Amino acid sequence: MTARKRSRNSRGPGASAALHLTLAVASLCAVFPVLWLLYLSFGPSGAWASPGQVLSHGTLGNYADVLFRSDFPKWFLNTVIIAGGTTAVGVFLAATTGYAVSRMRFPGRRPLMWSFLITQMFPMIVLIVPLYRLMTDLGLLDSFPGMILVYSTISVPFCAWMLKGYFDTIPVSLDEAGQMDGLTPFGTFYRIVLPLARPGLAVTAFFNFMTAWAEVAYASQFLSADHFTLAVGIGTFAEAQRPDWALMTAAAVIITIPAAVVYLLVQRHMVSGLVAGGTKS
Amino acid sequence: MQRLRRSWERHWYAWAMVGPVVVVIAVLVLYPLLYGLFLSFTDANEANVAKNIGANHIPATFHLVGLHNYWQVLSGADGHFYPRLVWTIVWTVGCVAFTYGIGVGLAVLLNRPIRGKIFYRLALILPWAVPNFIGVYAWRLMLNGQYGVFNRIIGLVGIPGQAWLDGETAQKVAVIIVNVWLGVPFMVVALLGGLQSIPAELHEAGEMDGASPWQRFRSITLPSLRPVSSTVILLGTIWTFNMFNVIYLLLGQNTTGSTDILVTYGYNLVFNGVANYSMGSTYGIVVLLILLGFSIFYGRRQLKEEQL
Repeated sequence: MTARKRSRNSRGPGASAALHLTLAVASLCAVFPVLWLLYLSFGPSGAWASPGQVLSHGTLGNYADVLFRSDFPKWFLNTVIIAGGTTAVGVFLAATTGYAVSRMRFPGRRPLMWSFLITQMFPMIVLIVPLYRLMTDLGLLDSFPGMILVYSTISVPFCAWMLKGYFDTIPVSLDEAGQMDGLTPFGTFYRIVLPLARPGLAVTAFFNFMTAWAEVAYASQFLSADHFTLAVGIGTFAEAQRPDWALMTAAAVIITIPAAVVYLLVQRHMVSGLVAGGTKS
Repeated sequence: MQRLRRSWERHWYAWAMVGPVVVVIAVLVLYPLLYGLFLSFTDANEANVAKNIGANHIPATFHLVGLHNYWQVLSGADGHFYPRLVWTIVWTVGCVAFTYGIGVGLAVLLNRPIRGKIFYRLALILPWAVPNFIGVYAWRLMLNGQYGVFNRIIGLVGIPGQAWLDGETAQKVAVIIVNVWLGVPFMVVALLGGLQSIPAELHEAGEMDGASPWQRFRSITLPSLRPVSSTVILLGTIWTFNMFNVIYLLLGQNTTGSTDILVTYGYNLVFNGVANYSMGSTYGIVVLLILLGFSIFYGRRQLKEEQL
């Protein structure tokens, strides 16, 4: 009888414990590899094989080596430029397109939406060789603008689709009110819709940033050593004749920090932004 | 003409807004795609494409070979396509099934009122915040058969250690584990949002009718999640089918080749040894056709179910 009276939102201590236990184990699985990297980064180069060494020979030497005695700072700067550029270009393109397909019924709208969906399916191997040639012809190979454009084409279709869903949730009556007051469609977009869409834009920015921050296939073929991004550069620690795992772990930790900070800033909006895009498509 | 002008006057705002995207996509996606399609009908490779050696320009000498490459691939004559295809399908189905299953489970748990919810949510989504190549390298250290910490951990619960990064089967299991670890957060986030949009009255009504929690999950939660589920499963399938980083980086030069999916196999055709541009492009086009076919089939079926 008591069990039946218990509402959906309350549960017995046993169920509670099981719930917490499951979530705690899952959280641990999710977090452990990251914490493990952090832990190993304070040890000597053999620490990954005998982790006890970290406690007995703890050091910040790896960080000093990475920051002052490797090409890491250069890679970091390259990646910040490329990822920053991709974010700016990607958010701009995705927002204008998402708004147009959300609010305006124009000839070519449906084919455009379809082409975005299909672009998601393009395996990079069919594009990478032609893109290589195209970039060479345009003089953009091994350059920042070239990489920014390439990454934008990867991220924009998905982001435009997601933002379209987000704009759909903003009442059209607000746009109409704006136009009554004499705003042009561009003005309405810029002054009314964009400020309301900040959560969606934040998620879009995050997605663009991460695309550029973590891409390996294009970067490792299109860029020369001077323009390496972090994703390619860190591979040189791991793939060398004698892999240097201590440097790799320290570099990995430094690389993760900006990504994690951006993530913490936008994660609040993540659920609403994603689902708006997911369900309304 | 008149109509064209009227149409322009009415729609130029919209066209101006989508214009930049259309130009960028046409130049950087459509043109390369057509060029890749063209290459797949030729025998282009490193030896016969146009190149500049010093001041000398050597013109291209490759030829059109019609459907020869496709025949090589689809008849199984190249000896690699079908084994790679089978593994690609196993890999995709395995990864999507595990990520979706675990994702639904965790999302349902997280959706309940519970103390420390924010902490759990942040922890569970963390793998998503880490660039995926970093996650892959972390696992590469952990999974080492001799010294890695993974074997010690599973040893604690009585599972014997494996040389995860060496044997064929072990490598396959390893790449799936890593990809599931990377993929679950996206599922949790998307499904959690879907769960939050289910009206509470539905569950209350189910409870009134005496439905058990399991019955409520099956007949209320899962059907209500369908729109989100079909989207994330479709996206998950496409992304996993094309996943490059996990396969390429986890094993490094240690790979036996048995974990190569179609995409990484095609990549190696182009960038390892004598570059075989035509076969690489053929693999790319075949992958694209498979994904297009799947999406159309999946979209149709999903649509039909919703119409019923």
